[in-house]
Amino acid sequence: MISIQGKGVSNGVAFGPLFFYKRSDNSISRYEVENTEEEWNRFKAAQAKAIEQLGELAEKARAEAGDDAAMLFETHQMMAEDLDYEESVQNAIQNEKHNAEAAVSDTAEQFAEMFATMDDAYMQARAADVKDVSSRIIGILKGVVQGGIDSPVPVILVADDLAPSETVQLDKTKILGFVTEGGSGSSHTAILARTMGIPAIIGLGKQLPADFEGREAVIDGSTGSVVIDADDATRKMLTVKMEEQKKTQEMLNRLKGLPNETKDGHKMKVFCNIGSPDDVPAVLGNDAGGIGLFRSEFLYLNCDDYPTEDFQFEAYKKVLSDMGEREVVIRTLDIGADKQIGYFNLPHEENPAMGNRALRICLNRPEIFHTQLRALYRASAFGHLCIMFPMVTSLWEVREAKKMCERVKKELQDEGISFSDDVKVGIMIETPAAAVISDRLAKEVDFFSCGTNDLTQYTLACDRQNADLGRFFNPHHTAVLRLLKMVCDNAHKNGIWVGICGELGADLSLTETFLSIGIDELSVSPRSVLPLRQKIRDVNVAQVKDKILQMLMTDENAT
Amino acid sequence: MKTFNYTITDPVGIHARPAGILVKEIKKYDSAVTVTKGEKSVNALKLMALMGMGIKQGDTITVSVDGADEDNAAAEIENFFKNNL
Repeated sequence: MISIQGKGVSNGVAFGPLFFYKRSDNSISRYEVENTEEEWNRFKAAQAKAIEQLGELAEKARAEAGDDAAMLFETHQMMAEDLDYEESVQNAIQNEKHNAEAAVSDTAEQFAEMFATMDDAYMQARAADVKDVSSRIIGILKGVVQGGIDSPVPVILVADDLAPSETVQLDKTKILGFVTEGGSGSSHTAILARTMGIPAIIGLGKQLPADFEGREAVIDGSTGSVVIDADDATRKMLTVKMEEQKKTQEMLNRLKGLPNETKDGHKMKVFCNIGSPDDVPAVLGNDAGGIGLFRSEFLYLNCDDYPTEDFQFEAYKKVLSDMGEREVVIRTLDIGADKQIGYFNLPHEENPAMGNRALRICLNRPEIFHTQLRALYRASAFGHLCIMFPMVTSLWEVREAKKMCERVKKELQDEGISFSDDVKVGIMIETPAAAVISDRLAKEVDFFSCGTNDLTQYTLACDRQNADLGRFFNPHHTAVLRLLKMVCDNAHKNGIWVGICGELGADLSLTETFLSIGIDELSVSPRSVLPLRQKIRDVNVAQVKDKILQMLMTDENAT
Repeated sequence: MKTFNYTITDPVGIHARPAGILVKEIKKYDSAVTVTKGEKSVNALKLMALMGMGIKQGDTITVSVDGADEDNAAAEIENFFKNNL
């Protein structure tokens, strides 16, 4: 028995043979052909095969993610049969006597070059599409197996890490779990595994040599352990665990399509927190009602310089159109404190949690804010957008931020660019100041969302990142819960809704409390949606409300 | 031959998706369709050449439709531009 430890990023247990992902290499051989007619027919056959494969991918994407996702592959199809593209290949084969692989490769370079030199970031990115299509044709010419899994039985897939175009082509019915050398919890492999509901373990480095191919393994995504040739005891223990998880998941899956409604008819919106457009399939897969917090920071963190308006617009638009009519709350830039970005050149601070961060940066550096708001309003035409400002402490901040929104709307109107006239604007309640003046703030905005991590940290004057303060950092503290109740009361008096988008939202021991104090929305990670729905459907608010509210006000053990 | 002018309103211009749908649309007709911007003209069936024109929001293009079904085709294609671009 061999045990290896990695980091589990998607729960579940799987038994099966290890299979190493085989990536087609891009090298091609070049030679002169004698029979150019035969070579041309080879190309035509490969081209037809590629078009057929792309058609299948388009149908698969349509079934999994809708028409928009399918269009990508349909565009690739059209590129593969483009008249100029074909003519260039034909010329290289028939006149220059190049072999088909070389002819396609050269043609790809030529067209990619045309796109790459265009004066438009969007078109420049299309160079990758031409290359993608061409390597598919070359792969077919070379006889590479598409989808990378050439095994008659389902396997545990081992890879260094997988690119999005690779994950989408995998034959999902052949995969029991993922094991990768590199990757992170937010990598495509991790997201795919969570969406598929199968285990994934990452960060194994070079612990799995390629000659382990075909050996029986057991992986446990909750602990990150990979066991090869497990002994009977380990095997038995993990089998039991697998059965239990399967039962739980089946029970949860039955909740899909059902309302988040308590026994006595109180409804709660259950939304998701996401960090990138790639998380949307997991949101939809877990049947969430919308997105309660889209952290826009990833756009800034993944760049070496300020992301442009167009770049941001595309990302927001993608999420909004993928979510259709469901609400999407996008939080404006929230950096500073624990999230630092080099090119912002922010001076070092002694106390960054209380420093120049989030909305404060946006108000101090209006040009950054302006770009983001323009991208957001432009994207609003493609879905149901709500904009949320983080780290509010005063009324004037909200008014100044709203003024910027008005300016942006006016500009877009003057430029004839369409945007939705029904974009709701809300704020995060994550400082005690905002909670205390929430009666005034509620008159300025359309909704509140409580960030419980920061609200706890600021209320209890307790750094949440200091490991020595673990027992002092208590989000269940009566002070925090009383503030939440106060925020709810003030919101409802002014006819606006209030949510929680911090980790506390998924804390099932507080679900009854949240329902009792009148929280309208909980935004949690995609995986927590169904467990939360199950909990909500078990509660009878009328039975617990009085007791909970009384405890909140009189609890002698107030922590 | 029928021609019409159209000014692009889509913020991203004639990008891959609408260009792809446009090619599909044009294939329905027998007429040859040419898109002209400034000095450059392309056969609108050629997806990559069409994308290569770099047609952006605010650009005015001329579309000419030539063939047996040009009356109907020109009207439908003009509608397509209005609805998608």
